[in-house]
Amino acid sequence: MTLALYIIVMAGVTYLIRMIPFSFFRKKIKSRFFRSFLYYIPYAVLSAMTIPAIFYSTGNMITAIVGTIIAVILAYLNLPLIVVALSASAAALITGIFI
Amino acid sequence: MKNNFLKGISNAIPIALGYLSVSFGFGILAVKSGLSITAATIISATNLTSAGQAAGIAIIAEGGGLLEMALAQLTINLRYALMAISLSQNLSDSFNFPKRALLSFGITDEIFAVAVSRPKKVTPSYMAGLIFISFLGWTGGTFLGASAGKLLPAAITNAMGIVLYGMFLAIIIPPARKQLSVLIVVIISAMISIFFRYMIPSMSAGFAVIICAVAASVAGAILFPIKDEEEKE
Repeated sequence: MTLALYIIVMAGVTYLIRMIPFSFFRKKIKSRFFRSFLYYIPYAVLSAMTIPAIFYSTGNMITAIVGTIIAVILAYLNLPLIVVALSASAAALITGIFI
Repeated sequence: MKNNFLKGISNAIPIALGYLSVSFGFGILAVKSGLSITAATIISATNLTSAGQAAGIAIIAEGGGLLEMALAQLTINLRYALMAISLSQNLSDSFNFPKRALLSFGITDEIFAVAVSRPKKVTPSYMAGLIFISFLGWTGGTFLGASAGKLLPAAITNAMGIVLYGMFLAIIIPPARKQLSVLIVVIISAMISIFFRYMIPSMSAGFAVIICAVAASVAGAILFPIKDEEEKE
């Protein structure tokens, strides 16, 4: 069954990425380039995954844009992750009532 | 030992509550992209990661290849390897190989942040406590979200679709505000992503994320190599 294969590959790769360095790695990474690359990867990944997908996440671009604006403002103000995430959703919901 | 486990649980309650609502959004997205409630819940229980899973269900929905799936997970979750290395320097002596192999499963951004900021050495039971409650929140939230997709009004489930992305923005924006280098990497990655989406719509979601992330991070590493003290952030 293909779905099971997808899940096995997904879970297996994700587990090995965590397990191998946690269990076997004892030294620091020396290469400055590679350390810099690893430092930027999470931000680059999340940015590419969010933009432009976030604008299609609610099924209506106007509610999604309002939710995004709220999220950007609250994140800029350094509010906790969950406050930003749920406020974006609430903003999208409320906007949806009015349009 | 037991005390450490409970300490871990109590330290991770905020994480678990956050996971509960974010994974609720993931459950809704997963069902919308055609997965069953069971499949969505199994994915959360076996992966315990937000971005990797979101890319994973997009690849499954498109019928992408297994190699694409493996490479996408590798790129998206590579950060865990770095966290695992960092955390492995601060473990108690009782952390033998089987315990490392088992508990490595629960290294997430949030669990890492809590564990690494602990002034004492991290014991296996403390880390097990952190993971246990976070795992319940993440998997339970996915199950509830996937199930609720059919019960709740469409207006609510549609609005919940943005939760996961809202959290991603909350992770990116504060460091991008503090550091010009992060801001530039984020903008490069977003611009390439927009280019792929509208100029090469046939490009699959998994490969698009891989190329954007690698290209932007290589640019960042060349233009703004980090100093040593930034490494822990």
